[in-house]
Amino acid sequence: MPALTIVVAVLFYAAAATLAGGVAYHIWLYARTPQPLKIPTTPAPTTRAGVMLRMLKEVTLFESLFKANKWSWLFGWVFHVALLLVLLRHLRYFTDPVWGWVVLIQPFGIYAGFAMLAGLAGLWARRFLVDRVRYISSPSDHLMLALLIAIAASGLVMKYVAPTDIVALKVFFLGLMIFSWQPLPADPVLLIHLALVAALMIVFPMSKLLHAPGVFFSPTRNQADDPREHRHVAGWAAQIDNTSSGVRR
Amino acid sequence: MAEFETPALREYPVIPLLQVGSMAHSKPFVAKAVYQEPLGFPGELVPDWENVAVKKLGALVSQSRALQVFLDSCVKCGACTDKCHYFLGTSDPKNMPVARQDLLRSVYRRYYTFAGKHFPRLVGARDMTKNVLDEWYSYFHQCSQCRRCAVFCPYGIDTAEISMAAREIMDTVGVGQKYCNEIIAKVHKIGNNLGLPGPALRNTLEGLEEDVKDATGVDVKFPLDVKGAEILVVVPSADFFAEPHIDGLIGYAKVLHAAGISWTLSSHASEAANFSLFIGNGDNLQKVALRVREAALDLGVKRIVVGECGHAWRVAYSFWNTLIGPFDFLDPAYPVPQHICEVTYDLMQRGAITFDKSANDDKIVTFHDSCNVARASRMGEKPGGQFSIPRAIIKACVNRFHDMPSDTIQESTFCCGGGGGLLTDDLVELRIKGALPRMQALQQVVDEYGVNYLAAICAICKSQFTKVLPYYQHPMDMIGSVHGLVSNAIVLKADA
Repeated sequence: MPALTIVVAVLFYAAAATLAGGVAYHIWLYARTPQPLKIPTTPAPTTRAGVMLRMLKEVTLFESLFKANKWSWLFGWVFHVALLLVLLRHLRYFTDPVWGWVVLIQPFGIYAGFAMLAGLAGLWARRFLVDRVRYISSPSDHLMLALLIAIAASGLVMKYVAPTDIVALKVFFLGLMIFSWQPLPADPVLLIHLALVAALMIVFPMSKLLHAPGVFFSPTRNQADDPREHRHVAGWAAQIDNTSSGVRR
Repeated sequence: MAEFETPALREYPVIPLLQVGSMAHSKPFVAKAVYQEPLGFPGELVPDWENVAVKKLGALVSQSRALQVFLDSCVKCGACTDKCHYFLGTSDPKNMPVARQDLLRSVYRRYYTFAGKHFPRLVGARDMTKNVLDEWYSYFHQCSQCRRCAVFCPYGIDTAEISMAAREIMDTVGVGQKYCNEIIAKVHKIGNNLGLPGPALRNTLEGLEEDVKDATGVDVKFPLDVKGAEILVVVPSADFFAEPHIDGLIGYAKVLHAAGISWTLSSHASEAANFSLFIGNGDNLQKVALRVREAALDLGVKRIVVGECGHAWRVAYSFWNTLIGPFDFLDPAYPVPQHICEVTYDLMQRGAITFDKSANDDKIVTFHDSCNVARASRMGEKPGGQFSIPRAIIKACVNRFHDMPSDTIQESTFCCGGGGGLLTDDLVELRIKGALPRMQALQQVVDEYGVNYLAAICAICKSQFTKVLPYYQHPMDMIGSVHGLVSNAIVLKADA
């Protein structure tokens, strides 16, 4: 077994464990932390079904961002949708036989690679061109965009400039998933692509990428507007006992 | 007090270029021990305060899903950067909501995240130092907790929650704000923000009865501590003495009189405002609110109604059931609490009260949505009732009404510039500059429709505009209560 294969295999096990463990930990943390008071931004839905619809619009259409800034919305939404398509397209490297709908979306996944780059470029341009956004950007914000752009670019290079042995790569990943290690093609571009993806997976749960699970737990968006109808009791507010009050002064 | 210029109104609103540090000098007076201690806070900066502050931050985050999610989730997208009225009015980049949050987030990251512990410079993490504390004191007292940024944030990150947490931490280490803490101490001791004791209150109300009798010939009562009344009305104490607030109180009294509903004020719960919200302290929030439960039980009322006050309505609508509920001792046929606008609107719908609009024919009216009502509460049964109900009341009382531009009202409303515990003369520069976006929108309807009356349903807004309007070349009495309009227009039957 080549040393390279071992290194990449171990790297991906570590990255997958970090990603899954880290995200699971934060989901547990957000779910466990109480929200003592009702703080939905109103007007808000008054029912759970309404809240689900609000959340659905937020995570699929980026409704609030659309209200806020059309350029950020355009670049951000295009990037996220493209990333989703690209990820789904990549399922073909992890499934055998490849599912029918994954086959169907393959061409879209290719275009999405370019759309993803364009969205990221737009987002990065804002960090330089808009003085307000430049002010709030820290090195990690730039690095995150650089990382994502490098991942997309190296992927497209493999598609159009320096193809790798995709059959061997699929054998490697299918093997990886059942702990049967197969040799990995030693292409430089492929190795760069894989290393960056592993880096992204590791960074995910310790960075602002936590916005992905975080948005679902945001009380300003996921609470129903029903404080008069239902007494909300959680956290420190649950310690309150008013039953003996009323004898005043 | 530093000299400053009132910002110029433009033909169109503009997003300013950054002027770093332009408001770094702004800070309110620090509370002395005598105002800190009644609230349970130390009187001066405590020893080892850095560690105390960091521990308190950790404790607050572990007790608030909002903080936990908000501190982790910001991606620095910039959506909020042009949404804060204080930024738009001052150009100081630290008044951009995300930058304000980062003042606290940087410390959270340093002590509570892997990246911040090991790569502080990379992620902008900072140690808790005196400089940081000073910066907090300055800029977390340049946030009116109006939640406008939260509306536009793709993750719903609410800077109000973060600024409340920062103030709570500062109080915990002994650096509180005089204005808020002095007022909260007064409520604990006397029952209202003004420190108006029971006998003085009774005197004021009797005076009002005479005034209304002189003006209308009708015996409209302002009852105090009447046991067995149907409704306990809790109003911001400004309604008892300040113009234009008092016209609102007269309006509530006339509505309830005309509808024949028995009601009472309480000398024990003579304050709807609850400034504990602004300092983010749950104990004080509950303790102040509890006076209302006690008064309601003591007086044996069946309903509780809240007067025109923005943050008070947020606390009442969103938090009372949690803090001082359950309200199983009240009439289940009515929501608890009710806003006075809901009461007036219902009576109006049922024909129990009628209006003569011509009484307000000298006025061309616009309506200022107060932030806490607009973005943190509701009126009526449907979402958005907090916008439609006050407007329906106004339109029933006046012939000429025009809304300000749509991106400055309803959920996008701009704060008056004085909310969140900043309504103090030691912050007057901030207040004038922070009013810019609202004044810009107002100017537009003044120019277009000749608007000469700005109606509001918040005591802080009313006081703030009284102060601010002259700086922008408008008369200070242009601001008025919605129930001041009601008071003018309502048809009262002469006593039999």
